[in-house]
Amino acid sequence: MEFSMVDAIVDQHGRKPWALISILQDIQEHDGYLSPEVLRRVSERMEIPLTGLYGVATFYKTLKLVPQGKHQITVCSGTACHVRGSNRILDEIKNLLKVEPGETTEDRQFTLNVVNCLGACAIGPVVVIDGKYHGKMSASKVKDLLANFRS
Amino acid sequence: MKRLESIDDLEKLRKAIIGKNKAYIKTVALCGGTGCRAYGSESLKNAFEQALKEHNLSDKVRLIFSGCHGFCEQGPIMIIRPEGIFYSKVTEDHIDLIITETLIKGNIIDSLLYEDPTTGEKMVYEKDIPFYKAQNRIVFGQNGSIDPTNIEDYIAIGGYSALCKVLNGMDPTEIINEIKESGLRGRGGGGFPTWQKWESCRNANGNPKYLVCNCDEGDPGAYMDRSLLEGNPHLVLEGMLIGAYTIGSQEGYIYVRHEYPWAWANAGIAINQAREMGLLGENILGTGFSFDIDIARGGGAFVCGESTALVASLEGRMGEPRDKQHLHTVESGLWEKPTNLNNVETWANVPIIINNGAEWYSKIGTEGSKGTKIFSLVGKVKNTGLVEVPMGISLREIVYDIGGGTPNGTKIKAIQTGGPSGGCIPSSMLDIPVDFDELTKVGSMMGSGGMIVMDEKTCMVDVARYFVKFLKDESCGKCLPCREGLKRMDEILTDIIEGNGSEEQIELLHELALVMKDASLCGLGKTAPNSVLSTLQYFRDEYEAHVIDKKCPAGVCKDLITYSINADACTGCGACKRNCPYEAIEGERRKPHVIILDLCQKCGSCMDVCKFNAVVIS
Repeated sequence: MEFSMVDAIVDQHGRKPWALISILQDIQEHDGYLSPEVLRRVSERMEIPLTGLYGVATFYKTLKLVPQGKHQITVCSGTACHVRGSNRILDEIKNLLKVEPGETTEDRQFTLNVVNCLGACAIGPVVVIDGKYHGKMSASKVKDLLANFRS
Repeated sequence: MKRLESIDDLEKLRKAIIGKNKAYIKTVALCGGTGCRAYGSESLKNAFEQALKEHNLSDKVRLIFSGCHGFCEQGPIMIIRPEGIFYSKVTEDHIDLIITETLIKGNIIDSLLYEDPTTGEKMVYEKDIPFYKAQNRIVFGQNGSIDPTNIEDYIAIGGYSALCKVLNGMDPTEIINEIKESGLRGRGGGGFPTWQKWESCRNANGNPKYLVCNCDEGDPGAYMDRSLLEGNPHLVLEGMLIGAYTIGSQEGYIYVRHEYPWAWANAGIAINQAREMGLLGENILGTGFSFDIDIARGGGAFVCGESTALVASLEGRMGEPRDKQHLHTVESGLWEKPTNLNNVETWANVPIIINNGAEWYSKIGTEGSKGTKIFSLVGKVKNTGLVEVPMGISLREIVYDIGGGTPNGTKIKAIQTGGPSGGCIPSSMLDIPVDFDELTKVGSMMGSGGMIVMDEKTCMVDVARYFVKFLKDESCGKCLPCREGLKRMDEILTDIIEGNGSEEQIELLHELALVMKDASLCGLGKTAPNSVLSTLQYFRDEYEAHVIDKKCPAGVCKDLITYSINADACTGCGACKRNCPYEAIEGERRKPHVIILDLCQKCGSCMDVCKFNAVVIS
């Protein structure tokens, strides 16, 4: 990511401490993760020590420090989805993709994430792929769903 | 948008908007809450807009893309006013029919009506549907009639009139007294009297004073705050404005979860519109009162719902809590200045109390818990959704009268309230009233409003481990009892679930839970063992079945169950065989199939697809 874009995002939010997470999230929107170079630039522009910035970047779950896959799979593990069997769905995805939550497949096609709750409990269990919600999921539907995204 | 220079200007504008809206013969409110969006309501809205244009109805019919209507199970939901016709599960294929039949001819479309699953009766109007009938939607009810991205809609329904009332001569002590008389307690979980917080912050030394709205709704299975902020952001802003005027604050923040994109987007739009109109910023409505709000996005850390951790996060640091025993945030919060932090629902109650008066408000509810509470009723329940009920209503009324019971008529085993810090209430206690103190008495808590229904197919040991695992991942790691206690509890529970547990471990689990309760630093750690304690108290037999009989009575824990096919019920249709990802099912067509246990991974796919209930767990 160009430093000019990093600077523009920092300026847009106005270097305020309470906007730090938003700034990092907006930067992450572009590359999918926060590279060391980008973090160094943010640290300089915001005048925050790099150690402190890494503290923040590693503390908050939505911030990623490694490159992400082409498709983002998010399995909701909220209580409502859990009691409706989201674990079985997660196991199935893990089995098929051979990755654990937070990891990316070797071919960089998929990153698997688990989220605490998406608040779409009525259609649970929910799996979100690239922003699209797939409700009332079951383990038996996983294979076909993922096949649509294989390129 | 023209800046309003006085209270009078606002009243004139209100009249003008109401007059303008009279030109519309009908209003169609399509739900744009996250649940309905997940069903595709956004593309439905675009298609409907287009269709209205094609029928030359754009100036006669107003389409509102509203916030959440609560009845998420039936989405996408559409309500046609003034009649109040309720259509559920609307798709793009229905648009033309709705326009020609209902909007033009005034006919009801039978196939889009909600059918009461108990009586089979079809319901035409929103007000008749049992799900809504038993509710008292004083806070959440406005959601369905306004476009959250349009300040004029909020003004048209009387928005910002409570602010005007306050600015028109109510003294801050008078406001605190009104809130005190109303009996409003914090809706975020703790249930602390709101007036007391306000008064302490107002009297605290130090300037400036800050206001925070907590929308870091991290409890899994709870989405009330998001739906309020998403669907009626101005109500929250108005509450904050009244709080700011009372406390003497000029700066406020709304802290929203990043995972709630429409909530922070809609709140941002609302703030900008309020600023443009002079309802936020300098010299509000020409009264000399100034207050502004900014949005801070959270980073997906559950602990940031705790006030001191949230403050640390706002300061641009890791969200670690600090000891509150000697220094409260109302005295020393954000940048060590007095800070008043309330949850979204608490702020949203404020304008309603000011408008209707404390006397009216305090008539709703019980002795110790006044007003209403919004719950997200989810899990093994027929009518999943957001429900707003008067305090004091019984759990049974919520789950059966509003929720309609379990989807398959299975027996309810427990109700979990209070999120990960709460507990599981057994079905034998369904008649207790929903009240801050009553729920605490039985070992759970009100929490922010998650209410998860669990049936006989839910394993309570698995539920306890679920919450312990959740909290283990979310523990900030600052204090030892929480950090280590949760790890050890997770290990013990995993042993039990995998069939390696012993009776001594149950005792150890109990002991660990009590130590954590006493010795953890913040509220998160102190309440973290609640799920273990409450399941041990009410469902000890399930723990014992796991460790002594090595069985999971609910049929959930993989290591303690086996799948098999009942040859008498199996028709040999082959659905299970085709769907098994592990090729673990054998059988000829029209003959009973068999599961090869060595290959079976217990994924449950066969059970999902079997139409004859032939797959059994033992």
